[in-house]
Amino acid sequence: MAEAISVQRRDDAATTPGSGAAIELSGLWREFGERAVLRDVSVAVPPGSTLSVLGPNGAGKTTLLRILATLLRPTSGEVSVLGFGLPRDAWRVRGRVGYLAHEPLLYRDLTGAENLRFQARLHGLPGEGEERIAHLLDAVRMSRRANELVRNLSAGMVQRLAVCRALLHEPELLLLDEPTSHLDPEAAGIVEPLLGPETGRSRVVVTHDVDAALAQGDLVLALRAGGSVAYAGPASGLSAGDARAIYGGSP
Amino acid sequence: MSGATVEARRPSTFGALRAILAKDLRVELRTLQSVPAMALFALTTFVLFRYGLDRKTLSGGLAAGVLLATVLFAAILAINRLFVAERDEGGFDGIRLAPVDGSALLGAKAAALVIYLLLLEVIAVPAFGLFFLDTWGGVPALFGVLVLADLGLAATGVLISSIAANSRARDLLVPLVLLPLLVPVMIAAGGAAQQLLAAGGPSYDGVAKWLAVLTFYDLTFAAVGFAVYDYLLED
Repeated sequence: MAEAISVQRRDDAATTPGSGAAIELSGLWREFGERAVLRDVSVAVPPGSTLSVLGPNGAGKTTLLRILATLLRPTSGEVSVLGFGLPRDAWRVRGRVGYLAHEPLLYRDLTGAENLRFQARLHGLPGEGEERIAHLLDAVRMSRRANELVRNLSAGMVQRLAVCRALLHEPELLLLDEPTSHLDPEAAGIVEPLLGPETGRSRVVVTHDVDAALAQGDLVLALRAGGSVAYAGPASGLSAGDARAIYGGSP
Repeated sequence: MSGATVEARRPSTFGALRAILAKDLRVELRTLQSVPAMALFALTTFVLFRYGLDRKTLSGGLAAGVLLATVLFAAILAINRLFVAERDEGGFDGIRLAPVDGSALLGAKAAALVIYLLLLEVIAVPAFGLFFLDTWGGVPALFGVLVLADLGLAATGVLISSIAANSRARDLLVPLVLLPLLVPVMIAAGGAAQQLLAAGGPSYDGVAKWLAVLTFYDLTFAAVGFAVYDYLLED
């Protein structure tokens, strides 16, 4: 399929930190040992925009999110998040980014409320963020189950708590790795308003749902298996058929 | 939210350390995974020494060796478990996503380990006395030696445990790497403890020298830990 999709670089985007883009990647490479997982990725995401990231398993989507979340260092290339260069200013980016990972990043032997209070303390929220925690638990309809150990909750409930954790410190940028994958349609409907474009936050959303990616993304970054860029540009510039071709026609 | 607000509310390293320590102690109180296992191990080991050595009383270097080796191997149990939740439940990532120094995690884990060791010793030292000691005169001072040894165990153990946390061979790696590094602690603590557990009552000759060695070791490894820990947490 790759031949069918032209690689578009956002050459019009500024590449210097502080130019106003929420995210700027220029020539990003990430290798594990001798294996390249991301190859020469360049894209710029304006503030308030959504970047949809598509690609088959092994395309480096989660690696990209972890680099943006400051959890991994790029091997080479320039990465700017919210105007701060990574990895140099990683601590400035932390606290501004909400990362919803595959794993919920919650302790199973703490209750949901205890997990959120712990995160609130790490983020220096006043009064351990009690008001904010109560608001978020109410928003995801977990108030009544908040004092149960996480290990006793269903995967969907844990995912709703993970959404609270990611939003607790009111991040400017959301990094969402298949955010509704553990949720039934009703629960997905509950969390989508908290994570969706209507929040006004800049977003990077990893998904395998091609139609949703094209409908909700202002920009699309399509990665091939092996981490090379198949497409990077406006969502309107990529057809659903070409996007599906990245997966070898499967999704 | 403005960037200035984010930076203004960045918690102090000590504040983050307290939060992580409180979380660890809460989980330990709830699950009882480390301290009971350490205490049970120590008591079992004393029984084995009692009958293995076929001695009703111990003193001097032999008494110090039995006590310190037991504490050391009991500590390994806790050191192996220190980062289990951080590794298995995403705690490393959860903490690193917050604007806190890596040294807060290091300090919290070291503090938790010291608390576990102190709790162990509150149980194990009286048990050791009941099993092996004729005289208890040196026991109060012995606690001072053990506290300094605990600090050395914690400073070194947290470093090695965090390095090993992401290794498949972590259960092997911790003792293989940690035990050689702890030889100075055992020599110094043993040198002091054998005087305090001497037959006929404690002697304090040379104890100050060994305590100075322990203090130097503790400060050295604490400084190394704080200097390198942020790098250890990197991918």
